[in-house]
Amino acid sequence: MPVIAFLICFPFFAAAILSFMKKHGKTRKYFIFTCCILIVAAVLYFVTDALLSGKNATYLTETHAVDTLMLVAEIGIMGLVIYYGVRYKKYYVALLSAAQTGLIVWLELSGGSEIEGMHIVADKLTIIMCLIIGVIGTLICVYAVGYMKDYHAHHTDFKDRRPFFFAMLFVFLGAMFGLVFSSNLTWIYFFWEITSICSFLLIGYNKSQEAINNSFKALWMNLLGGLGFAVAIVYCAKQLHVVELEKLVTMGTGTEIALIPVILLAFAGLTKSAQMPFSGWLLGAMVAPTPTSALLHSATMVKAGVYLLIRLAPALSGNLAGMMVTTVGGFTFFITSLLAISQSDGKKVLAYSTISNLGLITACAGVGLHEAVWAGVLLMMFHAVSKSLMFLSVGAVENSIGSRNIEDMHGLIVKLPELAFIMIVGIAGMFLAPFGMLISKWAALKAFVDSNSVLLVIFVVFGSSSTLFYWTKWLGKLVAMIHNSERLPNTTKGSEWFSLISQAFIMIALCISFPVASLYLVEPFLGDMFHNEVPAIISSGNVNIMLMMLCMIVILPIAVRLLTFGKKKKVVMSYMGGGNAGNDRSFVDSFGDKKGMYLANWYMEDYFGEKKLLMPSLVLAAAAIIILMVIAIGGAL
Amino acid sequence: MNASVISVILYLLLGPVVGGLLAGSDRKITARMQGRQGPSVLQPFYDLFKLFNKQAVVVNNVQDFLVWGFLVFIVFTGCLFFSGGDLLLVFFALTLAGIFFIMSACSANSPYSSMGAQRELMQMMAYEPMVLLVGIGFYIVTGSFAVKDIIVFSNIPAIVYMPGIFLGFLWILVIKFRKSPFDLSTTHHAHQEMVKGLTTELSGNILALVELSHWYENVFLLGIVGLFVMTSDWWSGLIAVAVCILSYFLEILVDNTFPRVKWEVMLKSTWIVTLIAGVINIMILTLIK
Repeated sequence: MPVIAFLICFPFFAAAILSFMKKHGKTRKYFIFTCCILIVAAVLYFVTDALLSGKNATYLTETHAVDTLMLVAEIGIMGLVIYYGVRYKKYYVALLSAAQTGLIVWLELSGGSEIEGMHIVADKLTIIMCLIIGVIGTLICVYAVGYMKDYHAHHTDFKDRRPFFFAMLFVFLGAMFGLVFSSNLTWIYFFWEITSICSFLLIGYNKSQEAINNSFKALWMNLLGGLGFAVAIVYCAKQLHVVELEKLVTMGTGTEIALIPVILLAFAGLTKSAQMPFSGWLLGAMVAPTPTSALLHSATMVKAGVYLLIRLAPALSGNLAGMMVTTVGGFTFFITSLLAISQSDGKKVLAYSTISNLGLITACAGVGLHEAVWAGVLLMMFHAVSKSLMFLSVGAVENSIGSRNIEDMHGLIVKLPELAFIMIVGIAGMFLAPFGMLISKWAALKAFVDSNSVLLVIFVVFGSSSTLFYWTKWLGKLVAMIHNSERLPNTTKGSEWFSLISQAFIMIALCISFPVASLYLVEPFLGDMFHNEVPAIISSGNVNIMLMMLCMIVILPIAVRLLTFGKKKKVVMSYMGGGNAGNDRSFVDSFGDKKGMYLANWYMEDYFGEKKLLMPSLVLAAAAIIILMVIAIGGAL
Repeated sequence: MNASVISVILYLLLGPVVGGLLAGSDRKITARMQGRQGPSVLQPFYDLFKLFNKQAVVVNNVQDFLVWGFLVFIVFTGCLFFSGGDLLLVFFALTLAGIFFIMSACSANSPYSSMGAQRELMQMMAYEPMVLLVGIGFYIVTGSFAVKDIIVFSNIPAIVYMPGIFLGFLWILVIKFRKSPFDLSTTHHAHQEMVKGLTTELSGNILALVELSHWYENVFLLGIVGLFVMTSDWWSGLIAVAVCILSYFLEILVDNTFPRVKWEVMLKSTWIVTLIAGVINIMILTLIK
């Protein structure tokens, strides 16, 4: 128990100190490192302790003092939002915030939420989330130390607000810990709101006009979800007399009584996990410095959304709420993977890929069968690691070559081999065969077929093929070998390297050890959640095949070196119809002049561009959500 | 020794022989269709041996590694299939092999192979949904993704339940066999606006590896065709072989009948066929299940 309190409170405490450390330099750097080490140590202690005891623990029934404190903090947050709303003349944000906080305050003051129940819960899903937040999240903080120094060296026009930035990163971690440990809905809501406001502040970090607009976009979308959350809490407390998420889920499984709060919470989950039509805020978030994006996309924020949906999964199975979640999730998976094809900005491709993967996780949660949830949890784990790795390596490349456009990464394997290798590991982790994402996709596909949802199957098969397209062409850019290229100076800092290499190792270790993670974490969690024995989802034969493929990839380079040993190869220039102008970078054109060669990937704007696809799909998704919510709520009332 | 080990060994040994003979008869039949005499059926073997004895001319030093990766994973795919493994994993391994091949073209930094690589990717994107639907179709009909369970499922061949999926698979076989009208990325036809596409920068013993992989791949693909008609009865194997030969002949006929199309036509038509033949078939299957 003390360790849980430490995990929730310590990041806030660290943030408070950091916001006063105005001086740049070693002291702050080592302070951040120390905090990160402490958090990781606490997480590891908590995880080993929880695994050894083997039980799920619940704590705290009487929390009047803490509740009051939270209420004050919530009103404070509302004040902050109203302040920003008025200052930038975005009054709708103030209105949204006032409405939901008003609801919660009314509920608390009228004593409606004083229902017997646990406030803190620690089960296997909490352990998984803690590992993601604690390890990946802190690695991103470590990376941020070196990155932000370069960032401000490159962007002198932005005001240096690093103390604030680092403080916000830690607040985010604290809020996420709070969210995953809470079992009381009002508590979850409290931390939920902190993550919303935190992401708002982080996205608007550099205060450019674009950043401000995008941060407000993120704010209103998340506040809308928050409003849904608040209404759900009030309904639960007043009508159903429950305040615990788990009790609500049990109540909602198989019956229609709890449909209204479940669908409202699912709606909140969809906004936070940036599903269509709320995908805009996550795309806009890329104006922020890279560590922010990495944090929002991998360890925190969007994971809060899918975390809630996974918790709700049993209550979503086979009803309208589930239908809403699966339809929107599957559709988002498909459309955003098409949209990613037309993008050449590395961060934007990553953003679309995040939304797409979250769509798949969302769909898994919405199906609500145990094998689907299994796939969803594993997808969440693999996605957290590989996406964070990808963002951080794109950031490092951007600081080195001055661009994050994929076209400019042509031949990166020669120019910056170390970073290119890390990126290849990340990309392979995102979609390639022996790596983890794919095995989860296998399970997801099986679950979708088992649940008879043909629509979802269509989304997944078409979405996977376009996913293949945009990742492979990125991979192809990286491995192009240009003759006589110089290696570029690698400006990546020590702290950034540490973070990148650790994550690459975690990625590979996770791929090898996922059967263990599945056996000790995911399957017991499913057993608790569905209250029965869960059969093994993936057979040991298939696991062995995956491991075999992984070994083959490792052995292949060595084996090929041995096989071709002593064989002489003639190295020549690439073929340009005989028109090479002395090297493989330029050719002689029809006027006899030397012309540089430029090899571009296919983007096919006319077919997959945002102009063509984005608007119709937003409308469709919004329509699906509105119609299904109206039917569900109307039917239940 | 059990059956799966034997079939893997048979595949490893006979795969290239059958693949080479298929290629040889392809050339013979194509020649006859065009009113030519054509080479001997064994010509592909002579070509392959000759290629193996030639020095490779490469543009960089990672090409051979990537091509080896292609070969190894194609063979792995086939072995997994013939040992009765999981169909979805088989297809995932096939995709991995394809990516190795594309990477070998991308690494060359050459205009023709780079264009071939983008087109090959487009082809993969076009056929991938149908390939996955084949696996899903078998799963719905037989309740298992494992090839060894699928063949002993009943004495009614799977094609009875999934004729649409079978047609869709024949459609994408045109792409997979690199036959006109869908031979966009590389082709055996002489008229070429992009030289040899994907394989432009590969030569000598490295090109021989690519050729060998294609033979293995073709045998594996025909294995899937056979899976549609295999039942628990022993003689269904003979029918399967007959259906494979017929399908292969059909692909040759298509190859010699239609001119090459643009990628837009390929992508659209393939996805439409997938939606109509494949998805409707799946819908009906889920309804009657």
